Amino acid sequence: MTKPLIELQNVSFQYEHTKVLHNISFSVSEGDFLAILGPNGSGKSTLLKLLLGIVKPLSGEIKLFGESINSFHNREWVGYVSQKSNAFNSAFPATVEEVVKSGLTKKLGLFRRIPKNANRLVRNALESVGMENYMSRNIGQLSGGQQQRVFIARALIAEPKLLILDEPTVGIDHENVQSFYDMLATLNKEQQKTIILVTHDVDTVSNRISHVACLNHTIHFHGFKKDFDTISNNKLNDWYGHSVRKIH
Amino acid sequence: MIEALLNYPLIQNAFLSGLIIGIIAPLLGVFIVVRRMSLIADALSHVTLAGIAGSLYLSQSVASLALLNPIYLGIVASVGGSILIERLRSLYKHYEELAIPIIMSAGIGLSAIFISLASGFSTDLMSYLFGSVSVVSRQDLIVISIIALVVFVFLFLFFKEMFVLSFDEEFAKATGLPSKWIHLLFIIVVALVIAASMRIVGILLVSSLITLPVATAMRISKGFKETILYSIIFGESAVIIGLISAFYLNLVPGGTIVITSIIILFFVILVKKLVLSLRVGRR
Ligand SMILES: Nc1ncnc2c1ncn2[C@@H]1O[C@H](COP(=O)(O)OP(=O)(O)OP(=O)(O)O)[C@@H](O)[C@H]1O
Ligand SMILES: [Mg+2]
Repeated sequence: MTKPLIELQNVSFQYEHTKVLHNISFSVSEGDFLAILGPNGSGKSTLLKLLLGIVKPLSGEIKLFGESINSFHNREWVGYVSQKSNAFNSAFPATVEEVVKSGLTKKLGLFRRIPKNANRLVRNALESVGMENYMSRNIGQLSGGQQQRVFIARALIAEPKLLILDEPTVGIDHENVQSFYDMLATLNKEQQKTIILVTHDVDTVSNRISHVACLNHTIHFHGFKKDFDTISNNKLNDWYGHSVRKIH
Repeated sequence: MIEALLNYPLIQNAFLSGLIIGIIAPLLGVFIVVRRMSLIADALSHVTLAGIAGSLYLSQSVASLALLNPIYLGIVASVGGSILIERLRSLYKHYEELAIPIIMSAGIGLSAIFISLASGFSTDLMSYLFGSVSVVSRQDLIVISIIALVVFVFLFLFFKEMFVLSFDEEFAKATGLPSKWIHLLFIIVVALVIAASMRIVGILLVSSLITLPVATAMRISKGFKETILYSIIFGESAVIIGLISAFYLNLVPGGTIVITSIIILFFVILVKKLVLSLRVGRR
């Protein structure tokens, strides 16, 4: 067995009054490509924020790379693309190049300046999302989908071991979604990168992922993709209400 | 002017201080503006005024403090105020901006009390309100230089962290940056710069020197470093033109510097419009 990169044990979480996650336990091994599925408001983004240490669990334990999240300091091993690309300061005067470069901040560490050869890294990262021609454009003047691709490049530039992506393809057109998932699959297969992906386009990712987790405030299913395929639509309906359907 | 610069140390001091502030105020100003903290700068300048008025009152009433340079208590008040603002902001989590009027009123209230205790406005106080070309001492210049050094060291160490923090706070948290500490250091450095700037442009106009050059730069720049560069160019030009005209026309430099900044701002907006319409016309 490969070693678990992420372990959650009986993790619960609530915002001030709303209970969001209840007794979540699962683990993710090195090299896994996990898709988290679930309806709106089921707590997917919140679960990712717990893994990133942006919010703290009410109870239970989270381990990253074998270490308790509270004492885990190698955050540069984790790359993150958040759900809303409009969470950033959109009037901010920065070029695409500057934004992507800022993804190196944690990897370099405090007191170290961004090296001169960073430009090559920026170009590579932007090439992998097909945005290399936009280097010197102002970030606020790109379309939502283009911005999202820049943020993906910002996550990739630090070469994280674990990629956490919250609906990264929202606003990206069909063709680019395909090539984006192809790129993820390559990262996963050839570089053994572990990937956790929240998504609603199950069908597009289905032949690239290795694992599936079904979330609706609690984990209803977590396992191999092939086992997920045997679940009946009836069961999915029980977990999610009526609106969810698997298409083959 | 050149003759005055060579012969009068007080004018030398004012000019050198002005040159330094023309760099550090817009430099930090870029971060202040993009983080939407301009009003905090305003609140802090009023707190600084309370420190200065308090110091002027003390030197009037306590003989042994007669020669106390008000800049020190001004700095203490400004830094104290910045820490208080941060405490209040975390206390009023959902109404963070309430911290600003609270601190601002406290600053103005205290200033008013000290001013009336010190029996009204003195010319000294006026020079702190609107700046001055002729009363900047060597000691002021030294304090301002030290503050500039602090600004440079801070940005040398934390430039990339400040960028991430200003651009995308959630990403900063996710990457595990010590955001809280860097933010606290930042606001203390801002407080220092406000205290340093008041000698030249005056308390009431400090925040203009911090924000106007940045507002101008943002009209024409695409990138962040570019914005910083233009802000410093515009800030420094405003200070130089403002100080020279204050000297020759016998005006307070706060007024001339800020009005110069405004003229530069409108000039840049106009030129940009013109260039754009020329381009459209050509097509
Ligand atoms: N900052 C917050 N404060 C309070 N409640 C919140 C906050 N963020 C999310 N919630 C609530 O927590 C629940 C889960 O939200 P979350 O964003 O994790 O859902 P999600 O599964 O990512 O949904 P979506 O598919 O719409 O992205 C929702 O009911 C939401 O209203
Ligand atoms: Mg979500």
